[in-house]
Amino acid sequence: MEELIEILKDIDPDVDYETCDTLVEDGVLTSFEMVMLVTDINQRMGVSIAPEDILPENFSSAKKIYELIQKSRGE
Amino acid sequence: MLLVSYQFLLFLAVLVILYYLIPKKFQWILMFTAGLLFYACGGPGGLVFVLVTVLSTWGLALSISRIPKGEKKRKSLFILGLLLNAGILAVLKYTNFFLQNINTLLEPQGVSFSYVNWLLPLGISYYTFQSVGYFTDVYLGKTEPEKNLGHYALFVTFFPQMVQGPISRYDELKDQLFKGYTYDSRRIRSGLLRMLWGYFKKLVVADRIAPLAITIAQAPEGFGGIWVWIGMVSYTIWMYSDFTGGIDIVLGVAELFGIALPENFDHPFFSKSLAEFWRRWHMSLMRWLREYIFFPISMSKSVGKLSQKARKVFGKNMGRRVPLYIASIVTWFVTGIWHGASWNFVCWGMANCIALLISQELSSWSKKFRKTHTWTESNAYGCFEVVRTFLIFCMLEMFEYYPFSSVFRLFVSMFTEFDPRQLIGGALFNMGITIQDFTILILSVALMVWTGFVSLKTPMREWLSKRPAWIRFILVYGLFLCVLIFGIYGQGYDASQFIYNQF
Amino acid sequence: MDSKKYTRFFIAALIIAGSLTALTRLLVPKYMGQVTEGAFIGEYYEDKSSHDLLILGDCEAYENISPVALWKEYGITSWIRGSAQQLIPQSYYLLEDTLRYETPKAVLLSISAMQQIEQVSETYNRMTLDGMQWSDAKLMAIKNTMMPEEHFIEYVFPLLRFHSRWSDLSEDDLKYYFHGEPTTHNGYYLRADVRPAGEFPEERRVRNPEFEAKGYEYLDKIRELCDKNGIKLMFFKAPSLYPVWHEEWNMQIEDYAGTYGIPYINALKDIEKTGIDFDTDTYDGGLHMNVYGAEKVSSYLGPMLLEAGLQDHRNEPELAVLWKEKENRYEADKAAQTKEFAEKGYLAKYAGEYTH
Repeated sequence: MEELIEILKDIDPDVDYETCDTLVEDGVLTSFEMVMLVTDINQRMGVSIAPEDILPENFSSAKKIYELIQKSRGE
Repeated sequence: MLLVSYQFLLFLAVLVILYYLIPKKFQWILMFTAGLLFYACGGPGGLVFVLVTVLSTWGLALSISRIPKGEKKRKSLFILGLLLNAGILAVLKYTNFFLQNINTLLEPQGVSFSYVNWLLPLGISYYTFQSVGYFTDVYLGKTEPEKNLGHYALFVTFFPQMVQGPISRYDELKDQLFKGYTYDSRRIRSGLLRMLWGYFKKLVVADRIAPLAITIAQAPEGFGGIWVWIGMVSYTIWMYSDFTGGIDIVLGVAELFGIALPENFDHPFFSKSLAEFWRRWHMSLMRWLREYIFFPISMSKSVGKLSQKARKVFGKNMGRRVPLYIASIVTWFVTGIWHGASWNFVCWGMANCIALLISQELSSWSKKFRKTHTWTESNAYGCFEVVRTFLIFCMLEMFEYYPFSSVFRLFVSMFTEFDPRQLIGGALFNMGITIQDFTILILSVALMVWTGFVSLKTPMREWLSKRPAWIRFILVYGLFLCVLIFGIYGQGYDASQFIYNQF
Repeated sequence: MDSKKYTRFFIAALIIAGSLTALTRLLVPKYMGQVTEGAFIGEYYEDKSSHDLLILGDCEAYENISPVALWKEYGITSWIRGSAQQLIPQSYYLLEDTLRYETPKAVLLSISAMQQIEQVSETYNRMTLDGMQWSDAKLMAIKNTMMPEEHFIEYVFPLLRFHSRWSDLSEDDLKYYFHGEPTTHNGYYLRADVRPAGEFPEERRVRNPEFEAKGYEYLDKIRELCDKNGIKLMFFKAPSLYPVWHEEWNMQIEDYAGTYGIPYINALKDIEKTGIDFDTDTYDGGLHMNVYGAEKVSSYLGPMLLEAGLQDHRNEPELAVLWKEKENRYEADKAAQTKEFAEKGYLAKYAGEYTH
């Protein structure tokens, strides 16, 4: 989780990722940022996320993204 | 059958009456039949291609769903379906473009291929994308395959959306299509009102401003300076009112039958950045491209490997950009070529791509800037951003209608040769539209801007329903009279097709 | 509650119907200026007297025969239902339409339209068909002579056709909002200016000398309808130098007339007998007669019409009063135009070039 927060801070250091659950709606994560995020997750954590999992609801909060990583790791 | 024709209105009237007379469970069959009829009127030849697309995506999707994930055959069937449908679209739409380029290359050798004269089925770009989207969702396991061929066929041939979108998703539309509806006068009124507004934008604004936009756009040599500005703004107004007008008619028609198609525009000209603009303009297409091109490419294994390599060679910052850049370029190439088989559209797509990537690179800087300068939170700055976005969009449009070689020269002339005096003395009224037309246009655009402001907060029809009956009557009947009298239609006028039709 | 709803609905319907009617009246062309041809067909309904002779056809019918002259010289009562580029099928439906009001003793049909069976411009159709009052005849006329790009609904609601005139509205549209002025003298288009006949392009060979079947079909219908109503049918060819009336065409009319015993009056072959002088009797260089020519054609036609059984009504006091009025208006119009032409050398109203 800490690693994820670190990656997210790279994208926008000013967001409180512990609490924010409207990352997509607020425009913190646009499709461009999602791609950067997924690339970083892949390269730094070695987890590849499938394109079909790129849904707004999977990226609304750091917690959700973490769940997605766990799920993708399992597959 | 054009959406702007007496025949269409008659067709629609008969259909609505039948629709609410027959038992609910047959309504979808009526719609399907009507779709075929509607399509056949536009050219029976095209129907064959539609049926090939319907049958192939339906049948293959069903077969795929029966094969367990991970089996090779599943993937081969998927690729077969993709190649077949993308192939039909590519061959029919792009063969001449391809030949044209070959001919240009081979001209020195004296080789020349003659162009083909194949029919382009109406709305092929729309229905192909829509069915390929469904097909991909089934392959990815995002949606259940439809077993009933008739149901699926209606999804593809639902006539209001067939010609110019919006591009719907099966999982979002299927329940609505087959539910069955009882007559509700409010629904009819609401649908008719939306259609009326669409006809207003199409007939009163788009078809009126078109000659001006075309005259300037087609003569890059003749009109520089201030004319580039006028051409740019009129082209944008033309495109916006033509496209959104058409979509309003489509959504209004669908509403008459109780079906809510996805919205395609969300006040795009209120966007504060180009990226936001593209999330609010032609939304159904942009979503499609995001889901089926942008994300899959950026997350594909080969791009991932490339990104790893780039990371090792050029460092972390380059590495993480590779997927984004590759996916953006491909996506915008497709966006461009989807809009039209010409290099103009490709250039236009690339120009948008570059502008978006630049603003992405600048975003961390601009975030910092905004934080240290609190005045950027004021309304005035917001207005500035809106105008800036509008102008950026307009200027990028220049790649679409000017030859690539002229764009930069004309762009420079907008500032170096800016001379409003050129407009004095009636020159403006020699461009295919009269002073009366200008008056109508200015008033109409003002009306469109005003409704845009109102509907940011409350949807227009909701706002209207809160007014007293007599005001409602005056406004709606007044709008009807405007379309009736100021609309460009009828004898002596060659009903121009919707710009977005042939895609 | 319900009654309130119905009242509202009724008021709204009334406002809509009223405003649409008012707008239509405002926007349809009034045909009172230079182009008056669109007003001709409708003027028939204003005339309450009956007519022994009905003249049907295109410009050859309404520019070359003067009913007032026919009355003055021979006491023949007549009306011309002529209109620009009137097709033979349209002549048929105008005959049907006229029969709803009266049964003339004779019909004189201008047959020049046999050579052009399809309409060339929708404006001509509008000028002929919009003038007709609604009846089966009008409906069938629209259905059977409409051009491919025309729409029936635009005849039912002329606003759909003429809505774009909002930017061309002129004083005339208000002045003649409720009622126009008479533009003809019993359907005759009076012109008192003079333009001598000049050179015409050389006669070319006719590419399709055979009249089309549709023309004969409607000629048959006209003949049968006349037979049924005991009307004497006659054919007429005006003495127009141009467009050329080819001998191939003439022969076909002669054949048809011969077969059915229909008198065929070809003024073109009788130029000497009519006494027409193409230096003074045409207003557009030989295409159409001016009033002097039309009066000569009328003098020439009179005896043949009497022979065909038409009567001299000059001794009937009621008719004499009515026609005296017509005569006065006719003479005044003729004198005014003659005077203006003598002074200026042209007629201001028609100064813009307009041919049909």
